[in-house]
Amino acid sequence: MSSTWFRRIKKGISTETKEKKEAPDGLWHKCPECRTTVTQTALKENLYLCPNCNYHNRINAIEYFDILFDKGEYKELFDNIAPKDELHFVDVKPYAARLKSAQKQTGLLDAMTVGVGEVEGKKLVVACMNFNFIGGSMGSVVGEKIARGIDHCIKHKLPFMIISKSGGARMMESAFSLMQMAKTSAKLTQLAHAKLPYISLMTDPTTGGVTASFAMLGDINIAEPKALIGFAGPRIIKETIKKDLPPGFQRSEFLVEKGFLDFVINRKDLKRKLSDVMDWFGK
Amino acid sequence: MQFLDFEKPLEDLNNQLEKIKAIAEKNHVDMSASVKELEASLEQTRKHIYENLTPWQRVQLSRHPERPYTNYYISRVCNKFTELFGDRNVADDKAIVGGFAEIDGEPVMIIGHQKGTNTKMRQLRNFGMANPEGYRKALRLMKLAEKFDRPIVTLIDTPGAYPGLEAEERGQGEAIARNLFEMVNLRVPVICIIIGEGASGGALGIGIGDRVVMLENTWYTVISPENCSTILWRSWDFKVQAAEQLHLTSRDMSGFGLVDGVLPEPVGGAHSQPEAMAASLKEYVLKTLTELKKINPDKRIEQRIEKFSKMGFYEEV
Repeated sequence: MSSTWFRRIKKGISTETKEKKEAPDGLWHKCPECRTTVTQTALKENLYLCPNCNYHNRINAIEYFDILFDKGEYKELFDNIAPKDELHFVDVKPYAARLKSAQKQTGLLDAMTVGVGEVEGKKLVVACMNFNFIGGSMGSVVGEKIARGIDHCIKHKLPFMIISKSGGARMMESAFSLMQMAKTSAKLTQLAHAKLPYISLMTDPTTGGVTASFAMLGDINIAEPKALIGFAGPRIIKETIKKDLPPGFQRSEFLVEKGFLDFVINRKDLKRKLSDVMDWFGK
Repeated sequence: MQFLDFEKPLEDLNNQLEKIKAIAEKNHVDMSASVKELEASLEQTRKHIYENLTPWQRVQLSRHPERPYTNYYISRVCNKFTELFGDRNVADDKAIVGGFAEIDGEPVMIIGHQKGTNTKMRQLRNFGMANPEGYRKALRLMKLAEKFDRPIVTLIDTPGAYPGLEAEERGQGEAIARNLFEMVNLRVPVICIIIGEGASGGALGIGIGDRVVMLENTWYTVISPENCSTILWRSWDFKVQAAEQLHLTSRDMSGFGLVDGVLPEPVGGAHSQPEAMAASLKEYVLKTLTELKKINPDKRIEQRIEKFSKMGFYEEV
């Protein structure tokens, strides 16, 4: 009987759109790890870390530059390099269309942004991958921007940092994508000969051809906590060995144990640590 | 002789030919005219098929079970060979072989992926999929060659670096990355030849050279057509389309300037006349070594870096 009290008398929603009282889009953020809810403003102030469980939310170049460079001031370099669909690659969707929609969605031309600025008063060139652009995949533009970033460092005698966040190679650029591994490694040898420091920061996720080239070639290799870092993805390994993977497998802390990272660094301590490291390098 | 699906017309002709030969022998009749005719038709058909191979058919050829592998080439190309084992760290990886070799009296370090020729050997060789220790063994041998000023020849034939649990624990990514970095600056001539499958980082890990060439019916790209189909089409069924879209053939790769040339294979593929294939590979290596040795090491390294640095397409807007 009582349920009839709640029965809807009028059909449909009668509140006019302009009278609706809704929370603005994206005001709240729910941690994907521990489900704690926090306002976007508070999240940003906390450098996109969950205040409850320290989960490092994925952020892109703009946010990293804001965190790392003094007063958030920096100059973007090589911002005119755009991707080209040289192969006219088509899978379920043409690559050209994928590029266009990614560019529209992100306001970026491709998955890599390079900036130069000061970290506690010391100049640094940072090349940072944007995961929101086709999974941070490595195509020709990513390789070219790293190459030019290195040339810039050599010319101006500056240290170099790459923040990796990528699913690996961009299949739609086929072998051109593969050769970015060779290209970036070749350019890094020039930086090494110039005796300029190269700091590689791996963030969640860093896999495939990125791991098998510039990400693992730092003078120091460091990572954010719990980032997935590996050559083959966990799904493929699972299919190969037909067994479940141990907990924490291919995470930053695991890589430190296995000897492939110098240390894990909380995003909150990143700038301070980076400055210390640069002091030690003396550049 | 094993025939691939697209070689069905050849198989039919071949069967006819065998039958006629058998009849002729059994009944002591002269059928040489028919035999000749069939043989000519067989050659004609073979030529026609091999002139019109699709990218996927070339992928099939690159994996032909009778295709010559690294150890075969070593046995035919080198007049002396001493195999060297181990990465001095963890193990000896059977998926990559290497050692001191002499080609017409010319001392070189030869290194290559090795696949197995029967079920047991295929397992032992891990299907040509190397672990990190394989790449580290290769690097150890390359540094050894550099120390004693001996040129390096690598033979590439892998479906990919092994995606296993231990491979990850021992740093598959780091091992490949280190090889790329070190190979760029080797002070001796480096020739890399793709003799079968050139799958992604697993191939590139021993693939940085002054000259990188592909045998005609091989492929070289960022991912196998099957895996590309699975990821981009979300189904295993589009490998033929994936092979086309990837532009993975020797002709495509050479056209893009991503490899330095193509070594023609005998009509019917490398496996149909392996001796002839080995002879032409040897000729290429010797000729190219003479060329490369004339360039001074600094210049060679500079050219190597320049070559790889130019790879990629983009526009400035």
